[in-house]
Amino acid sequence: MDREQVRIAGLTGVEITLEVAGVGSRSFAFIIDWHIRVLAALAWFLMAALFAQGMQLKPATLGQIMGVPALAIYFLYHPILEMFTAGTPGKRMAGVRIVTRQGGTPSIGALLVRNLFRLIDSFPVFYLVGLLFCLFSEQRVRVGDMAAGTVLVLSDTERERSLRTLGAQLANTGLAPNVIELVNDLVQRWPWLDARARDDIARLVLVHVDASLSTETLVAMNDLELRRRLGALRAA
Amino acid sequence: MRPEAQADAWMRARAAVWSQWIAQAQQPARGLTVEQAQRRVDSYRAIARDLTIARKLAPRSGATAALESLYLSTHSRIDTAAPHSSSSLLRLFRDEIPEVMATLRPTTLWLALLMLVCALAGWWLITTYPDLISLIASPAMIDRVEHGQLWTDNLLSVTPPAVLSLSILSNNILVSISAFCAGVLFGLGAFYIVAFNGLMLGAMFAFTHQHGLDGGLLQFVMAHGPVELSVICIAGAAGVALGESLIRPTLPTRRESFQYAASRIGRVLLACAILLIGCGLIEGFISPDPGIPFISRVIIGLLWWTLMLLFLSGRLFRRAPVS
Repeated sequence: MDREQVRIAGLTGVEITLEVAGVGSRSFAFIIDWHIRVLAALAWFLMAALFAQGMQLKPATLGQIMGVPALAIYFLYHPILEMFTAGTPGKRMAGVRIVTRQGGTPSIGALLVRNLFRLIDSFPVFYLVGLLFCLFSEQRVRVGDMAAGTVLVLSDTERERSLRTLGAQLANTGLAPNVIELVNDLVQRWPWLDARARDDIARLVLVHVDASLSTETLVAMNDLELRRRLGALRAA
Repeated sequence: MRPEAQADAWMRARAAVWSQWIAQAQQPARGLTVEQAQRRVDSYRAIARDLTIARKLAPRSGATAALESLYLSTHSRIDTAAPHSSSSLLRLFRDEIPEVMATLRPTTLWLALLMLVCALAGWWLITTYPDLISLIASPAMIDRVEHGQLWTDNLLSVTPPAVLSLSILSNNILVSISAFCAGVLFGLGAFYIVAFNGLMLGAMFAFTHQHGLDGGLLQFVMAHGPVELSVICIAGAAGVALGESLIRPTLPTRRESFQYAASRIGRVLLACAILLIGCGLIEGFISPDPGIPFISRVIIGLLWWTLMLLFLSGRLFRRAPVS
């Protein structure tokens, strides 16, 4: 198995590969999440301190009212967000997500086990054990991932963007997928192409797409008009 | 026909179906009827077929990338664990946890013995070398005991019982999780945690005995202690089993064996957490209350321990056989 890829053998036998998130993406996601949970815990701590100002509470009670929920926010941030949302904000920002080794969605049990083992991964300081495991293990997993059977993969934004574009344009334009791709490519490269060459390609595409346009009309169109027509095809 | 023309004709023919699949994939997976779910499985197969053709005809095209994304999202929706229902929860407590507990029983008993031996060692150590208590107890605790008071005295006048329960149970759960996770050190970590807890217990009893307060300490721990200590031994046994999966893997690789053991044995921790919530409530509301007599504490402790045995053996959830 490739060290940096997860091969998903689909239930139909068709394989898909996902890129494994490296130490950099993992660390980036972790640092963002760490800041969010520290800030959230601190916000609670300060709010509780402000509200308790006027009350005559014993120091131990006050400490626990301020401290216990703040610690709960800090320690339950990862398990709660991973179980009930599509992932933590840090992971979304870093473009990574958790999948099982088979590429499926991890169960609640697996996510709980993954988070329990943070105790080991964070040992002795700054997630050193987890970091070392990520550096040297196959598929860059920490102990928690090994126990839960999960892998952190890069969200495939390129594929997802292709799907979104294709979905929207198939629904709105009624064009064939390869024509949509051709139009998209041409519009994206428009500024860098030679004006005469791009006009010729645009005319070829438009005559292919729109039967109502005669050759004379197309020849009469200038560069700006051709670009506008192509843009209208995409926007449709 | 040229391959490009072939791809072009094929994509034109499939465009309408793909548009339908993409719209279908955006709908939530929950609340589907059996027919709808069946249709989704059928479309998953059809997407796989189209993806194979697209990879052959136009391997680098955006359409192929889009089909891969569609295939992946449909795959992750289909290849996912069933949502937890009340029956699966019942099965967990009635069958799965007791099954794991049965395999952990010998190790739990050995760890209980280890805890007892370490408690005796702790007692002997503090009785022989009283100064060593400074390694185990905090200076404030030592000072209080030397002035004839237990650190548990007047606990309720300092902290409300609910807050006390919460803080105690979270600490106990953390100890159990540590005992389990430390099993990753080939089981040794779990042994150390159980041994250290036993040593501390024996040492504290010996220290309070020197100042005539051991009766008070026993009174304090009687109601919650038996279950709390048993749960530490169970979590330790789970950790040892985790370590054993690394020492003697039962699957082709250590990683697979470790993953299987963690997912199977990890369920016991859920039972441990539930029991520790009960212990936390007893420790917050009953144990520090000086108005509750010793005999009542013994009864509560025994009842709670019996309930733990019934809970972990699954008998609490089994129906009586129909005669």
